[in-house]
Amino acid sequence: MLHPSPHQYEHHEPVVELRSVTCGYGGVAVVEHADLKIARGDFVGLLGPSGSGKTTLLKSILGAADVYEGEVLVNGRSIKDKRPTIGYVPQLETIDWEFPVTVEQVVMMGLIRKNHFFPWFRQEERDHAYSIMERLGIAEFGKRHIRQLSGGQQQRAFLARALVSDPSLLLLDEPTSGVDIKTRDEVMHLLDELNHQDITILLTTHEINAVAAHLPWVVCMNGRIVAEGPPSDVFTPEVLKETYNAEIHITEYQGMKLVAESPHYFGRNDRQNHEHETVAGD
Amino acid sequence: MFDPLQYEFFVRGLIVATLVGALCGLIGVYIVLRRMAYIGHGLSHAVFGGAVVSYVIDLNFFIGASVWGFLSAMLINLTTRKRSIGADAAIGIITTASFALGIALISRTKTATRSFDAALFGNILGVEQSDMYAIAAVTLATFATVIIGYKYLLFTTFEPDVAGFYGVPTGWIDALFALILAATIVVSIQVLGVTMIASAIVIPPVVARLLTNDFGKMMGLSVLIGAFCGLGGIYLSYFVNAASGATVVLFSAALFVVALAYNTARDRIAVMRGKARLHAGSVIAADDSHIGD
Repeated sequence: MLHPSPHQYEHHEPVVELRSVTCGYGGVAVVEHADLKIARGDFVGLLGPSGSGKTTLLKSILGAADVYEGEVLVNGRSIKDKRPTIGYVPQLETIDWEFPVTVEQVVMMGLIRKNHFFPWFRQEERDHAYSIMERLGIAEFGKRHIRQLSGGQQQRAFLARALVSDPSLLLLDEPTSGVDIKTRDEVMHLLDELNHQDITILLTTHEINAVAAHLPWVVCMNGRIVAEGPPSDVFTPEVLKETYNAEIHITEYQGMKLVAESPHYFGRNDRQNHEHETVAGD
Repeated sequence: MFDPLQYEFFVRGLIVATLVGALCGLIGVYIVLRRMAYIGHGLSHAVFGGAVVSYVIDLNFFIGASVWGFLSAMLINLTTRKRSIGADAAIGIITTASFALGIALISRTKTATRSFDAALFGNILGVEQSDMYAIAAVTLATFATVIIGYKYLLFTTFEPDVAGFYGVPTGWIDALFALILAATIVVSIQVLGVTMIASAIVIPPVVARLLTNDFGKMMGLSVLIGAFCGLGGIYLSYFVNAASGATVVLFSAALFVVALAYNTARDRIAVMRGKARLHAGSVIAADDSHIGD
């Protein structure tokens, strides 16, 4: 587990609060009647199948999805009253990697909210951006084109942009999607470090075993919030069936609940089938 | 060599073509990076419709065509936001309808045909002093807008959806961009013609993109290349005795071919150097493998 679960908002107001929120786009509700509280210092994963409303829920907090019912509050204030300062990291798969921008230019974009009046960025802002890049280990790549970075470095560049405005809340849309195992671990450990520096993190993920199982708190979604809690409580066949509309088996490894993959033999692999029959015959 | 410079109309044409080239080169960067290259072509056709309507209702050409172009660009933006309709389809529908309206009105107003030929194919040598002032004013205003709104335009072009989350007023930026794009096309029509504007908007940024990976440098290069193509194309047209707009386009296209060849050669050399380095590394490794023998 990356971080012990605080998830205590008895003494503080929640950083994010969704009060019976129904949200979507163009008049079509994607998420219905969602109630959710995220406390300061939480590290929460939104889990669910494609189209379950994970990204829409994230966007409702950003004020980018239409909220038809209920209310979204960030730091106790409705997002309708004031757009909150939130660090957002989009899915890397949505980035146009051919776009001619350097790492420095991407990171500086995160400062726009803090510098509305000058057409250019001031030296102290540039220094601040580089201090964040230094913290994330990408300062030396500032002048490089974004395509010239490795997957992990690219994720760090977009994280740096999200962090440069010093937000206390970080939202990430599938931060480990489409990256290799090493990069995924690198990204998750980096997020864990940031969480220990008092940044509240909410991310969406498809990966139950590799990501969600290691988080202190998960929220299972399927057009609504099915269940929430520590993975050890939430990962039950009943909850996952309701979330994924499929039979999912649970196994335990070193005290951690994981999803067990049923063995399948696809294609016309005679050797595999033969071995399977032999084992069955033994 | 300097013969054409003795004609005042030619010098005026040269200045105007250079300004229009730089202006289209600047605006074109955003168009190309937004993958809306077709909009230059489409919007020039839409503006043609606006020009005809202005003529019919006896309104100033610059005002009528600019308003029409702006509304068309905004309509394209709005239509594109409906996810089921792509930008290319939205441009195709709106601009062709506007162009068709212009043609329909011309067919009812036969006397106007000749001046609209100039709008279709450009008549740079017929540019008047007032046109030159209009072009200079739009060029100045556009450069000022782009410099002031640089960081907003960059973010909105790079990630239009995400820019809004970071506090960029994307709706206003899109509207402002539609306005300067419409104004650019209106003042460029006289010089290049409806049919040739697309290349002036697309070729300079594409050539610049082949030469650099940096947004700021791409903008600078695109402006210089656009200005150079305008100047060089018009100058060349005098010697080859060909239509000015067409010569500018052909000159730009030739420059694109040169840049593409340079870019391809540069990539191949980089690959060959990489292979040579790998080969040298394996030779050293093979030599090292004998050390322990």
